[in-house]
Amino acid sequence: MADTEITRAEVCVVACAQAWRGDGEVMASPFGTVPQIGARLARLTFEPDLVLTDGEAALMANTPSVSARREELVLEAWMPYRRVFDVVWSGRRHIMMMASQVDRFGNQNLSAIGDWARPKAQLIGVRGAPGNSLNHTTSYWVPAHTARSFVEHVDMVCGVGYDRAEAAGYSATRFHDVRVVVSNLGVFDFDTPDHAMRIRSVHPGVEAEEVVKATGFELVVPDQVPNTPLPTADELELIREVLDPKRLRDKEIPS
Amino acid sequence: MSDKRATVDDMVGELHDGMTVGFGGWGSRRKPMAVVRAIVRAGVRDLTVVSYGGPDIGMLCAAGRVRKAVYPFVTLDSIALDPHFRKARQAGTIEAMEIDEGMFYLGLLAASQRLPFLPTRAGLGSDVMRVNPGLRTVRSPYDDGEELVAMPALVLDAAFVHANRADSHGNAQMLGPDPFFDELFLGAAARRFVTAEKVVEPGRLTDEGPIQTVTINRLMTDAVAEVPGGAHFTSCPPDYDRDEPFQKAYASAAADADAWAAFDSRYLQVDEAGYRAALQETSDAASASAGSRGTSDG
Repeated sequence: MADTEITRAEVCVVACAQAWRGDGEVMASPFGTVPQIGARLARLTFEPDLVLTDGEAALMANTPSVSARREELVLEAWMPYRRVFDVVWSGRRHIMMMASQVDRFGNQNLSAIGDWARPKAQLIGVRGAPGNSLNHTTSYWVPAHTARSFVEHVDMVCGVGYDRAEAAGYSATRFHDVRVVVSNLGVFDFDTPDHAMRIRSVHPGVEAEEVVKATGFELVVPDQVPNTPLPTADELELIREVLDPKRLRDKEIPS
Repeated sequence: MSDKRATVDDMVGELHDGMTVGFGGWGSRRKPMAVVRAIVRAGVRDLTVVSYGGPDIGMLCAAGRVRKAVYPFVTLDSIALDPHFRKARQAGTIEAMEIDEGMFYLGLLAASQRLPFLPTRAGLGSDVMRVNPGLRTVRSPYDDGEELVAMPALVLDAAFVHANRADSHGNAQMLGPDPFFDELFLGAAARRFVTAEKVVEPGRLTDEGPIQTVTINRLMTDAVAEVPGGAHFTSCPPDYDRDEPFQKAYASAAADADAWAAFDSRYLQVDEAGYRAALQETSDAASASAGSRGTSDG
């Protein structure tokens, strides 16, 4: 497997997979190609009890490639959208959503850029982000880390960050848990006294200064910034041979 | 027992300017598009449209039928954003009530149960509260001290859903994997309309699927219409998949006023038979040109 260079996309897959470490039997809801491969990788390695949907209205018993045809899926239970909310409100879920903008305290925006009342760019809408972020573990995936995606304040708070949850009170903080943000440059968490975003690791080949420069707010930078672990040989084989043989990951994170 | 069969034009004929209208389905999936087309034709205006949004909202925005949209998202699924909806929002030509997907669900459920609101955590701390200043919170009357969002009932004047099958008494069947929130749209509405790929004799719905696929019963409906292809170009499994080339053409029609005018006159200013004929022509032309190009896919 070491015959080809490990790509940034493959590092990101493993970084996303690690987001679900320790979660046990919860529904993993990954958005974006790399997180989808990551959640499947987590299930095939260290989190075998994760529950995964087929992207339609069922849970998948098998863990096929992200480009699998419907006939290749083995289903284990019914999960129409209405039932997804039972899961959301029970807390047995860890979603990794995408963020058009994310800020210092983990507020996320996928609704609109500019003034919401008459946006410069209307995006998809708040979706389930307000409820997800208050009810169960939530992580974010940002494939293009720039000062325009990592901003001081998001234009529209969809997913609720630590500062806003705190200000909203007990009912907002009770089940609030923004776990990690994974980008094409590194992994970030909120394990700081005031829950300000901190660099947990930078991907191999990325310098911390580069990340600081590409971030529109002041990141917490530990004295020693570790590298995000490279995929193991087993993980690489699963990614390349089983989960993403068509290399869809390269479309999201070009080498 | 009453025969609830009607036509789409009968149904849409009950709408008036300024009404609040809900559409079933989700994104670009099993949307009552024949109804949407009929609303465009009928010319009712200033509607408040309530939807897990897809091309229903986009098309009605493009046709100038919308005063206000109530939605948690608007997407075409395979095309992430509906350009017609984006245009309307960015031009400021419509009002918007953008809320969390779960809040939206609870709003319909509250209306279905004739409750003024249902409590939820969703919304707290988010800008959903800022951009919808009418939303209020409610304190639990028990000892837990929780303060939750009081999601108001989303009461509808009329709701439209598209089913795979229905019977003439107004029972309806979803043969695809997800019934979405169609039951709640009907529950939330004063007038409740179902279109279906096929309307069968009462008692015959179980011919094609088990009884639990008949998720809509006649207590929930006022009229049914048989409209084959009534969800086109959105998906309606197992009857048909989304028509991706057509959806692309719909999205491209947002390019400018001329593009929309062409789309509108060809596909929307015609009745359902005219629509089917236009689709057939488009598909014939596509296969003729594909044939002339041999196997290349252009």
